[in-house]
Amino acid sequence: AFFWLVSLLLSSLIWFIAVKASDPHDEPLQKGLLIFGVMFSVLLQEAFRFLYYKLLRKAIEGLVALSEDGCSPISIQQMAYVAGVGFGLMSGAFSMINLLADALGPGTVGIHGDSQLYFLTSAFMTMVLIFLHTFWGILFFHGCENRRWWEIAAVVVMHLAVSGSTFCNPLYVGSLVPSYLLMAAAAVWAYLLSGGSAQNLRRFLLCK
Amino acid sequence: MITFMNNSDSEDETCNERTSLMSAESPPVPSYQDGLQASEAGEVQTHRKRQTGGSCSSNNVADGDMSDLGVRVRENALENEEEELTLKYGAKHVIMLFVPVTLCMIVVVATIKSVRFYTEKNGQLIYTPFSEDTPSVGQRLLNSVLNTIIMISVIVVMTVFLVVLYKYRCYKFIHGWLILSSLMLLFLFTYIYLGEVLKTYNVAMDYPTLILVIWNFGAVGMICIHWKGPLQLQQAYLIMISALMALVFIKYLPEWSAWVILGAISIYDLMAVLCPKGPLRMLVETAQERNEPIFPALIYSSAMIWTVGMAKPDTAARGPSQQTWDAAEDGRENHSSPSHSDSQILETRSPVPSHPITSLEELEEEERGVKLGLGDFIFYSVLVGKAAATPSGDWNTTLACFVAILIGLCLTLLLLAVFKKALPALPISITFGLIFYFSTDNLVRPFMDTLASHQLYI
Repeated sequence: AFFWLVSLLLSSLIWFIAVKASDPHDEPLQKGLLIFGVMFSVLLQEAFRFLYYKLLRKAIEGLVALSEDGCSPISIQQMAYVAGVGFGLMSGAFSMINLLADALGPGTVGIHGDSQLYFLTSAFMTMVLIFLHTFWGILFFHGCENRRWWEIAAVVVMHLAVSGSTFCNPLYVGSLVPSYLLMAAAAVWAYLLSGGSAQNLRRFLLCK
Repeated sequence: MITFMNNSDSEDETCNERTSLMSAESPPVPSYQDGLQASEAGEVQTHRKRQTGGSCSSNNVADGDMSDLGVRVRENALENEEEELTLKYGAKHVIMLFVPVTLCMIVVVATIKSVRFYTEKNGQLIYTPFSEDTPSVGQRLLNSVLNTIIMISVIVVMTVFLVVLYKYRCYKFIHGWLILSSLMLLFLFTYIYLGEVLKTYNVAMDYPTLILVIWNFGAVGMICIHWKGPLQLQQAYLIMISALMALVFIKYLPEWSAWVILGAISIYDLMAVLCPKGPLRMLVETAQERNEPIFPALIYSSAMIWTVGMAKPDTAARGPSQQTWDAAEDGRENHSSPSHSDSQILETRSPVPSHPITSLEELEEEERGVKLGLGDFIFYSVLVGKAAATPSGDWNTTLACFVAILIGLCLTLLLLAVFKKALPALPISITFGLIFYFSTDNLVRPFMDTLASHQLYI
């Protein structure tokens, strides 16, 4: 969570400087700057995920060195999951919490002609992002562990795609549908990587 | 951890509060053979000075008995085990401290966001005489710096006074002072708080009910904090009084002064704990020399210490002291005896050179716990509360400060595990908190607002 926060900080710093340095009345420029800010932020987030991975690697080595039987009490997969959840929760919290606070107060959604589904779609979008961050954490760490660069690249591309799809808002079908599809794909992938299989799933569902 | 609060029953008297973070870490007792190692107390100390009345006296437990009376041969063998256990328990300690700090912050933030009273400017303390309603920015800055200087010097004076009192064994005076301050906090501030909350929610309450409630709350609080009580109740009371104090600070400190004071206090804390002549350090060392707990009930302790010590005639003046608290963390204690009124906690490891310890009751057991000074709670909550009180009403700032403080606390505890001595708990957290507050408020907020208005997600 902290690492996500720092990445957010740095990306907003960049955006802020860019905005202040540019003409505030030039609408397309502002929009362009915003898009740039978003993309840059995504890249920074992934960079920080990588840094976090490095840190956790060192921590695991330390734990292994100190433990009695040569294996650490927490595995890298668990750490990947936790890292993903942390990122996701922080990102979700930052996205939603002001909305929620405003939702408690009086008002009408979309009274100025905006979409009436604003709160609902925001909630769904946030949820999909939190899930995605969790899965991306697992995929990313797995890729780093086994040196599979294409996995890492896939995560970055997915993240960019999801953020990019939100540019279609308020055309929600353009953003929510692809995001959910990507989430399903990432979920399956992460599940398989974590050692699950169709067999396990069937056994679990049939309670064997 | 030394938390020191001098409360006066009027706002004119100054209070000192020193808080420090102590970890009671001691290596496990492996067997009855000779060479038991003395427990090392890691203490993390932070200073906090409070000027208004209403601090509670808290028992500082000097967990630092550095008695290495055991045979040194064993030390190396035990060291590795010790390190591993340190790290293993370190994570547990971190969680044990996260929960109360989080609770305190939640209470403060909830109150600030809902009760208008604590964000209204109704005057200032006499310790911050310079007003901030000045026309120019430079003048305002100057005033806040002057306010800070006055406040910090008051705190320094009070701390030194306390150390002097302690050195010359004026215990009665100190106890009386602390009891008076906790009385004020538990009764007066709770009354005001309850009044404001009831006003906000437009709930009517008659005076007899009010008197009953406050009397019960205050009396149970006094007993819990100064004498004996269930551990969780004591922890709850300490959290509540920290929150109350933080709210008082948030209300009565002017804007810029509050931020400068936070920064200055963490610097002061750093110096007071780490410098050889720092008052807190001297306090801790004096307490350790005398094998006494430092002061009553100004420290939040996350676990229970069960110590069963035996006074051996050949060991150097380590009397057994037992402290029992009702909440048993695990049932490893073998022997409990009524605690003294001073609740002395002594972790002693007495070597058993010649005769083996015969009965199980003489086994020393210690539940490792980490202690954090109440002043740390208060200043963390002040930071988060001030972040919540910003006029823009942004929750992102509050959340960011919260995460920053917790990460700072984590790092501090990590350092504590590494250094094993008293460390200041304020500097790292407050630095992170300040950085994140100012950057989130000015940089992240416009970014996130723009993103939210276009419904973009990053």
